[in-house]
Amino acid sequence: MKRNGGAAGKGGGRPDIAPEQLRYAAWLQWSGWIGMTSLVIAFIVYATGALAPLISFDQLPQAWRLPAGEMLQLTGQSPGWGWVRLLDRGDVINLVGIGFLASCSAAPLLAVVPIYLKRGDRVFAILCLLQVAVLIMAASGIVRLGH
Amino acid sequence: MTLQRWCASDISPALPECRSQRQSPTDLRSSLTCRVQGAAIDGTLALRLAAALVVFALIATSALAAPEAVSLPTQGETKAWWVWPLALFVVCFFLGVVAVPAGVGGGVLFVPLVSGFFPFHLDFVRGAGLLVALSSALAAGPSLLRSGLASMRIAVPLAVIASLSSMLGALLGLALPASVVRVALGVTILGIVAVMLKAGRSEFPEVKLTDRLGALLAMHGVFVDAASGREVHWRTRRTPVGLVMFLFIGVLAGMFGLGAGWANVPALNIVMGAPLKVAAGSSSFILSLVDSSAAWVYLNNGAVLPVIAAPSIVGMMLGAKIGARLLAVLKAALIRRLVIALLLFAGGRSLLVGLGIGT
Repeated sequence: MKRNGGAAGKGGGRPDIAPEQLRYAAWLQWSGWIGMTSLVIAFIVYATGALAPLISFDQLPQAWRLPAGEMLQLTGQSPGWGWVRLLDRGDVINLVGIGFLASCSAAPLLAVVPIYLKRGDRVFAILCLLQVAVLIMAASGIVRLGH
Repeated sequence: MTLQRWCASDISPALPECRSQRQSPTDLRSSLTCRVQGAAIDGTLALRLAAALVVFALIATSALAAPEAVSLPTQGETKAWWVWPLALFVVCFFLGVVAVPAGVGGGVLFVPLVSGFFPFHLDFVRGAGLLVALSSALAAGPSLLRSGLASMRIAVPLAVIASLSSMLGALLGLALPASVVRVALGVTILGIVAVMLKAGRSEFPEVKLTDRLGALLAMHGVFVDAASGREVHWRTRRTPVGLVMFLFIGVLAGMFGLGAGWANVPALNIVMGAPLKVAAGSSSFILSLVDSSAAWVYLNNGAVLPVIAAPSIVGMMLGAKIGARLLAVLKAALIRRLVIALLLFAGGRSLLVGLGIGT
C-alpha cells in the first residue's frame, strides 16, 4: 500500500506530488474562485443598493456595536439558517458568498476520497470524510448558542 | 487578467522578488509568505488600484441608498457611517502590506488592532478575522499543494482535531462576556509576541525515529528545497503530542478569530519535526480547514457583518499583493520589529480595555 505524500522523482528532479494533492489543488482552485467571486458580486449588489438591506446603512453604527446575539434579536433574525429566508435583502445575500467561501474545502475533500480508496488507504479516506462531516456539522447550525 | 488569476496563488514563482527569496532563504518565513500570501502578482498595478477604487466607490455610493429596513434604537452616531468601513479597508490594506514582509498572517494583526481601535463589537471583528485568515489560506492552498510544501498526510489528521475544537472555541468566544474575551485575547497576543521573539526554528529537524501513530498515518514525504536544489525526505515524530497541541490551537483560533499560523508552525516544526517549509505550507492548509468550521459557527450565530467582512478581506488581499512586491525593497527585520511593536501595543490595549483600565 503506497501511502507517502510524494515519492521522489526519478533522476533527482522535482518530486512527484501525490495525485490526491494535485486533485485537491485543482478542485480548491475552482471552488475558491467561485467563493471569492460570489463574495465580490454579493457585496456589489449590497453596496450599490440594488437590493434593499435588512439593516439600513445609516443604522449600521448601531448594529455593529451590539453583541451578535442582540443584533440578531433586534433585527428579527434567527440563528442558524434563518438568514436564508431573507435572501432578498442586500446585506443578507452576502452571507451566501461567505458561506460558500467557508464551505469550499468540502468538494476537494470528497474528490480525493476515491483516490485513497483505490489505493487501499482507508484511514485517510475516513479522515477526509470525517473532516467533511465536521464542516457539515458546523454549517448545519446545530452548533450554536441559545440566543 | 481574470479574477481567478487575481485571487489564485500559483503564479508568484514568476516574480523576481520571489525568485530572489528562494536564492536567499535565510528569512524563510518571508520567503514562504512571498509564495503564499503575496500570491498571484500578475497584471498591472493600475488594475489593482482600479479594484481598490471600485471598493472605495461602492462603499461611498452605498451611502446614497436608503431602502426600507429594520429599525434599531439610535444611540448617537448615525451620520457618516461609511467612514468606518472605508477606514477599515485602508487599515487592512496596510496590514496586508506589512504582514507579508513580517512573515505573519493577517488575522493575528487584524483582530487585536481592529477590536482595539474601531467601534465594532468584538463578535463581528472575530468573525471577520476568521474570514480574512481563511481567504488568504484558500488563495495560497493550490500552489502549496502542487509544490509539495503543504502535505495532506500531515495536515488532514491534525485539521480534523483542530476543526472540532475550533467550533468549541468559537462557541466559547461568543458565549463569554466581551470583557473576558478581551482579557484573554490580550494575554494571547502578548503570548504570541513571546513566541515570535523566543521560539526557535529548525529548517530541517532530524527525526531519527517516527512514532507508531505517525507511522500508521504515514506522515512522511519529500520535497525539493528550492534554495539548495536538493530533495528533502522528511518524517514526523511525537504525533500524539501534536494532536493534543492542535486541539488547543483550534480552540484559540475559533475563540479569537485569529489565523493560528503563529502556533501551527512551531508545533509542526519544533514539536513534530517537519521541515520548516513543510510546516509553514501545511500550516496554511490546516488553517483553510480549521477556519472554515469556525467561520460557519460565527455565521450561524449572526457574528458576520458583510460591511465589516468584505472590506477587510479585499483590503487585506490587495495589501498582501503589494507587500509581496515590496518584499525585495523593505527590510524584513525592521518590519518584523514594527509588527511586534504593533502586537505589543494592541495586545496591551486589549488587556487594559478588558480589565476596564483606561477606557
